[in-house]
Amino acid sequence: MADAGSLINWSLLALEPPGWGGVLLAGLWNSVQIAVGGYALGLLLGTGGAMGKLYGGPITKDLLEVYTTLVRAVPELVLILILYYAGTDMLNQISAALGWGAVDISGLAAGIFVIGVVQGAYSTEVLRGAIKAVPAGQIEAARAYGMSPTRIMRRITLPAMLPHAIPGLSNLWLIATKDTALLAVVGFSELTLVTRQAAGSTKAYLLFFCAAGVLYLTLTLVSNVLIGFIERRYRRGMAEPA
Amino acid sequence: MMSDQTVSALALTELPTKRSFFKPHRIVLMAIAAALVFSAVWFMRWDWLPRYSGRLAHGVGVTLLLLAGTSILGFLLAVPIGLVQVTGPWPLKMLARGFCTVVRGTPLLLQLWLLYYGLGSLFPQFPEIRNSFLWPYLREAWPYGMAALTISFAAYEGEVMRGAFAGVPPGELEAARAYGMGRFTMFRRIWLPRAVHRALPTLNGETVLQLKSTPLVATITVIDVYAVISKVRQETYITYEPLLLLALIYLCLTAILVVAFRYFESRIPTRGA
Repeated sequence: MADAGSLINWSLLALEPPGWGGVLLAGLWNSVQIAVGGYALGLLLGTGGAMGKLYGGPITKDLLEVYTTLVRAVPELVLILILYYAGTDMLNQISAALGWGAVDISGLAAGIFVIGVVQGAYSTEVLRGAIKAVPAGQIEAARAYGMSPTRIMRRITLPAMLPHAIPGLSNLWLIATKDTALLAVVGFSELTLVTRQAAGSTKAYLLFFCAAGVLYLTLTLVSNVLIGFIERRYRRGMAEPA
Repeated sequence: MMSDQTVSALALTELPTKRSFFKPHRIVLMAIAAALVFSAVWFMRWDWLPRYSGRLAHGVGVTLLLLAGTSILGFLLAVPIGLVQVTGPWPLKMLARGFCTVVRGTPLLLQLWLLYYGLGSLFPQFPEIRNSFLWPYLREAWPYGMAALTISFAAYEGEVMRGAFAGVPPGELEAARAYGMGRFTMFRRIWLPRAVHRALPTLNGETVLQLKSTPLVATITVIDVYAVISKVRQETYITYEPLLLLALIYLCLTAILVVAFRYFESRIPTRGA
C-alpha cells in the first residue's frame, strides 16, 4: 500500500466535491476573515490601551497593566477557551435577562472577539512603545501651538509613531493569521480544522496537512510583500534601520 | 525578523517592581481583587481539586520537562541555523533560510498535526521502521510533540542567532585572527560566546513564548497540565473553575521563568553594569 500512487492522490485536492480543495479554500477564507476582524479589533483595543497606559489615570493604568500582563503570561489556547466560553455564556445571560431568549452566536463573531482581545493586549504594548519613541519635543511644540489633546493625537502623535509601530504591528498581523488555527480547538471550521477533517476522512494525512501548510505560507508571504510596500511608504525620509 | 520589543509585547518578560507599589488607589483595587478571589473560592466549585492534585502535579512536571527539553534542544539547533545563514555556503544558507521561513510562516498546531498524524501514519508502512529500536517510541505521542516544539523554537531562535552572529563587531574577529587563532578556536572562544551574549535578552521572551506554546501538545494526547484540566472538565462537567486554575498555573510558571531569567542575567557581567 506504500507505493507512490496511493501516497499522493492529487485528485483529492480537486475543487469539486469528491475533492476537498473547495473545503480547504473555504476554511482559508474563514481564517482570513477572523484574522482581519480580530486584528482590526485588536488595533482598536490596542490604541485605546496604549493611550490609557500612557495618559490615563492611575486606575486605568493599573487595570490595563493587569490586562496586558495576563494575556502575555497565559497561553493563547487557554485564553481562547476561557474567552470563548465566558463570552458566549455572558452574552446568553444578558439576552436572557433582557427577555430575548438564547441567542445563537456565530462562530465567526466569537472567533473575532477572542482573537481581538488577545491581539488587543499585544498591540497595546507595541503601540505604547512606538508612542514613547516619538520625541517629546514634537508633542510639546504642538501643545505650545495650542492644539487640543485629540488634535495632537491625530496630527502629531499617531503619524509620528507609525514608522516605529509598523514592524511590531506587521508581526502581530502574522501572529493573528497563525493564531486563528487555535480556534480549531473550540470547533470553529477554519483552515486547520477542515484540513484535519479532510485528512481524517480520506486518510491522506500528509497531503492535506502539507496543502494547508502551503496555503498558510502563501498567506504569510503575500502579507510580507504588502508589509514591505507599507513599510517603505511610511519610512520615507527616515534613516535606514540599523 | 522579530525585535526584542515585539517579543516583549507578546510574552511577559518583566514583573511589576515593588518600588512605589502601595498607593491609595492600589489598596482599593487590591481590596476589590481580594473580594473577587474570595468569592471565586467561596461560590465556585473546587471539591474536585484534591482528587486531581496528583495528576495536576504530574501534568505540570510534563509541561516543564517539555519546555526545558525543547528549549535546550531548539537552542542547540538554532546555533548552526543562525551560523550558516551568516557564513555558510549558499546551499546551506538557502536551506536554513527556507526552514525558518516555512516554520515561522505556518501555525504550530498545523506542524504538530502534520508530524503526528502525517508522519505517524506514514511510519507503520515501512517494515524497516517497525522493526527498528525506535518503534516503541514512535508509537507514542510525546516524541512528535517534542519534535514540533523543538523545530519551532529552533526556527524562531535561529533568526535571533543569525542577527546575533552578524552583529558581533568585525574588529573583534579580526583581533582574534591577528592573534593567530584558527577558525574553530576563533568561533569557540570569540564568536559563539559573543553571539550568545547578544542573543540572551531575547531568550527570556522566547522561552516564555515557548511555555505558551506547550499546551498545544495536549491536542495529540500528550498528558501535560492542559490535558489534565481538559480531563477534569470532561469528567466533572465544570466549565470555568478548571480553566481559571489553569490560567493561574501558567501565570505562576511564567512568573517563575521571568524571575529565574532575571537572576541569571544579573550574574552575567556586562560592561558598565
